[in-house]
Amino acid sequence: MADLLREAWIIAAKDLRLEFRSRTAFLSSLAFTALVLAIFNFARDPTAVSTIDLAPGILWITFCFAGLLGLNRAFALERENRALEGLLISPVSRQALYLGKMIANLVFVGLVEAIALPLFALFFNVPVLPVLGPLAGVIALATIGFVGVGTLLSAIAVSTRFAEMMLPLLMLPFLVPPITAAVQVTARLFGGRPFSEMVSWLKLLVGYDIVAVVTALLIFEFTLDE
Amino acid sequence: MSLAAAERALRRSAALMLVALALLAGVFVRALAFTPPDAIQGPAQKIFYVHAPSAWVALLSFVIVGVCSVLYLALREQRIDRLAASCAEVGVVFITGALVTGPIWGKTIWGAWWTWDARLTSTLFIWFIFFGYLVMRSAVHEPGQRARFSAVLGILGALLVPFIHVSVVWFRTLHPQPVVLKPEGPTLPGSMLATLLASFFVFTLLFVALVWQRYAQAEVADARAARQAEADDRAR
Repeated sequence: MADLLREAWIIAAKDLRLEFRSRTAFLSSLAFTALVLAIFNFARDPTAVSTIDLAPGILWITFCFAGLLGLNRAFALERENRALEGLLISPVSRQALYLGKMIANLVFVGLVEAIALPLFALFFNVPVLPVLGPLAGVIALATIGFVGVGTLLSAIAVSTRFAEMMLPLLMLPFLVPPITAAVQVTARLFGGRPFSEMVSWLKLLVGYDIVAVVTALLIFEFTLDE
Repeated sequence: MSLAAAERALRRSAALMLVALALLAGVFVRALAFTPPDAIQGPAQKIFYVHAPSAWVALLSFVIVGVCSVLYLALREQRIDRLAASCAEVGVVFITGALVTGPIWGKTIWGAWWTWDARLTSTLFIWFIFFGYLVMRSAVHEPGQRARFSAVLGILGALLVPFIHVSVVWFRTLHPQPVVLKPEGPTLPGSMLATLLASFFVFTLLFVALVWQRYAQAEVADARAARQAEADDRAR
C-alpha cells in the first residue's frame, strides 16, 4: 500500500512538474473556463430568471468542460515520443500509474476550479462565502468521481483515432450521476436548505466515487499495451 | 473456423431470421386485428406490443455485453469479443426502436413527444453509451486492443448505469409503472397479455437471429481474409 502510494506520487509529481514548467495547458484551461463563465452571462435573461436558480447549473457545466479539457492532456502527453512505453518498462505497477495520473488530474482540475469559483461568485453575484466549506466538499466529491472515470477513459481515448472527440463522447454519459448530484446539492446549499435534504444525493456521490475509482484501479491495466 | 463452416452458419442464421420475421408479421396481425383496443388509451396502446419488447431486447443485449466484457478479460477468447460486438450493434437498433416508438405513444397520451422521465432518460443514456462503444470500436484498428478497450468500457457501463438510473429517478419520473412483472401479478387482460408475451418471444427470437447473423458474417469475413493471406503467401 505504502509502495503503491509512493509510486503513484512519483508519477503525479512528474506530470505536475511538466505542467508547472510549461503552464500552457493550465493557462489555456483557465482562460477557457473564464470564457465559458462570461459567455453564460449572455445565455440567460436576467429579468426573467433569477441568477441563483441558474447558478448551480452554470457552475457545473463550466467545471465539466474544464475537466474534459484537462483530462485529454494526461495521456496525450505520454503519446509524444512514445513516452508511455518508458513508463510501462519502469518498475511502477499499473495501479500506481493509474493512481498517479489520477492525482495529477485531480490537482490540475482542482486548481482550475479553485480559481474559477471566485470568478463565478464575482460574475454572477452569488454569495459563495457563507457556504464555502460545504461547497468545497461537494466540489471535491464530484471531481473525484469524474476524474476517476475520466482518467480511465482518457487512456482509451488517446489510443483511438479522433482522440479529442472520443473522450467527451465516451465520458459524458457517465458524468450524469456526479453532475446531477452536485447540481442538486449546490442548489440546496445556495438556497440555505437543511442538510437532511442533501444527504441522499451525497450518499449517491460517495457511492459513485468508490465504485468508479475501485473499478478503474482494477481494470486500468487492460487499457495499456501488453 | 473454416470458411465453409462459417458460410454454413451464416445460411442457418438467415433461415432463423426468416422464421423470426414471419412470426413477427403474425404477432403484428394478432396485435392489430385480434387483440381488443385499450378502453382508455384506444389504438395508441397498440404500440406497446413493439415498444416494450424492443426495450426488453435492448436490456438483454446490454446485459450480454456486460457479461461478455468480464469473460473476455478473464479468458481472452476472440469469439467472446465478437459476440459482445454483435450484441451491441443489434442492441443499438432495438434501443433506437424503443426510443422512437415511445415518443409516438407519448405524444397522444402525455401530449408531448419527449419528457425527461426517468426511464426515457436512462434509456437515452444507455443508447449514448452503446453508441460511444461502437464508435470507439470503429476507431481502433488492432483487434486485441479493440477487444480490451471494449471490455473495459462494457464493465464500466454495467457498473455505472445503475447510478445513472438512480440519479434520473430521483430527478423525477412519469413513465407508466409495470403492468406485467409486479408482485401482485399482471393487471393486463388475458388477450392483451397473450399478445404481449408472444411479442416478447418473437422479438427475442429476432434478436438471436440478428446477433447470430452478425456474428457469422464476422467469422466469414475473417475466414476469407485468412484464405486471402494464405493465397498471397503462396503466390510469393
